[in-house]
Amino acid sequence: MADVKQIIAHRVAQELQDGYVVNLGIGLPTLVANYVPEGIDISLQSENGIIGMAGVAAPDEVDKNVVNSGGVNVNVYPGCAFFDSAVSFGIIRGGHVDMTVLGALQVDQEGNIASHIIPGKMAPGMGGAMDLVVGAKKVIVAMQHTQKGAPKLFEKISLPATALKAVDMIVTEMGVIEITDRGFELRELAPGVTVDDIKAATAAPIIVEGEIKEMCMPAE
Amino acid sequence: MKNKIITAKEAAALIPDGASVMVGGFMANGSPEGIIDALVERGAKDLTVMCNDGGFGPTIDKETGEEVKGPTGTGKLVKARAVKKLIATHIGLNKQVAEQMNAGEMAVTLVPQGSMAEMIRAGGAGLGGVITPTGVGTEIADGEFTLQQITLQGKDYLLMAPLHADVAILGGNIVDKKGNVFYKGTTKNFQQVMATAADVVIVEAEKVVEVGELDPDYVMTPYIFVDYIVVGGDK
Repeated sequence: MADVKQIIAHRVAQELQDGYVVNLGIGLPTLVANYVPEGIDISLQSENGIIGMAGVAAPDEVDKNVVNSGGVNVNVYPGCAFFDSAVSFGIIRGGHVDMTVLGALQVDQEGNIASHIIPGKMAPGMGGAMDLVVGAKKVIVAMQHTQKGAPKLFEKISLPATALKAVDMIVTEMGVIEITDRGFELRELAPGVTVDDIKAATAAPIIVEGEIKEMCMPAE
Repeated sequence: MKNKIITAKEAAALIPDGASVMVGGFMANGSPEGIIDALVERGAKDLTVMCNDGGFGPTIDKETGEEVKGPTGTGKLVKARAVKKLIATHIGLNKQVAEQMNAGEMAVTLVPQGSMAEMIRAGGAGLGGVITPTGVGTEIADGEFTLQQITLQGKDYLLMAPLHADVAILGGNIVDKKGNVFYKGTTKNFQQVMATAADVVIVEAEKVVEVGELDPDYVMTPYIFVDYIVVGGDK
């Protein structure tokens, strides 16, 4: 059985379409780049000023003038482009990013997301997250369904919002949920997970209608 | 032609205690490390720093408690306690920022990254503010730099204030003696907008070339914005 993070990243990658401009958040979302389906060509955007970013640079590949948004030296593909922060966020806010993938602390049934602060505990700053979730055409939250057993999907978020009505889809190790005007709508379940299981791990109603597909898994 | 070349020490002397300072760079990528070092050496204090981030904090060996790698970028100013107030988008990669913030020694105002870039651009471009959907419904709506929430054509926006500083310190890869700047790779980040939004602009150049050697088509910050050049060398 693959690691849950790999399972989630693999499933998110199935949402990619040819020609997409994609911004991946740090952590689990970066794994999505490892599962781009064959025949699909995407461009990774890094908010510090790259279109056409490749992977982390090996020590002998480092160009000190090229980093990702975490300050880590990365490689770029031929034909990539560099630009300043104003252009970068014009790309993001202006709807030129087709899809962004990020983690979250809480998401609610209206698509409100809390991902950047736990008051009194953790306040690293929002960085580019607020702009990304407002500006990207499709916002996918990729995360484990619960945090040490506690739900992360709610009727209403209680932590400070990163953005309102922003999330389109949630992919977890348990399944795939789309957020519509009606709330959380179950689309897929991971093998071995039942409707009751996912309902029990979610602190909000889940609408279960029509065909519920089995979530695809990465090859062993 | 005015000679714009000065030393890092002279640059630091142009930045008085209590000044507001824009620091170029993104996670220290492109930051003017020589000018920052000179500021620390001068014992600068009470600065209001505007930078994408708090830089990288020092790396501490968990066994010995010794500093095995120094901080970079704005992180150097934080470690030296030169910062009274930090305006940034992200501080998560420098624990010393949170420590000083929680101890009440340094004020931190967090701003969304895209908003900050445009607020600086507005500050340098004569605009009265930035109208952005980013931050609607969040704590930013009541933030220090939010002038008001407005609804235009049925959509909600925040009107964010322009940002301007006393001094901007930037890092350029190739700078000609007139002050034209080329920034390589991802070192452009906030530097192009910052160059337009401060009373005094100092660029630390990795390489200084004669006038005419930098192709005008590669100039990213035109020379009229640049007051002083510090020869930094390859770091």
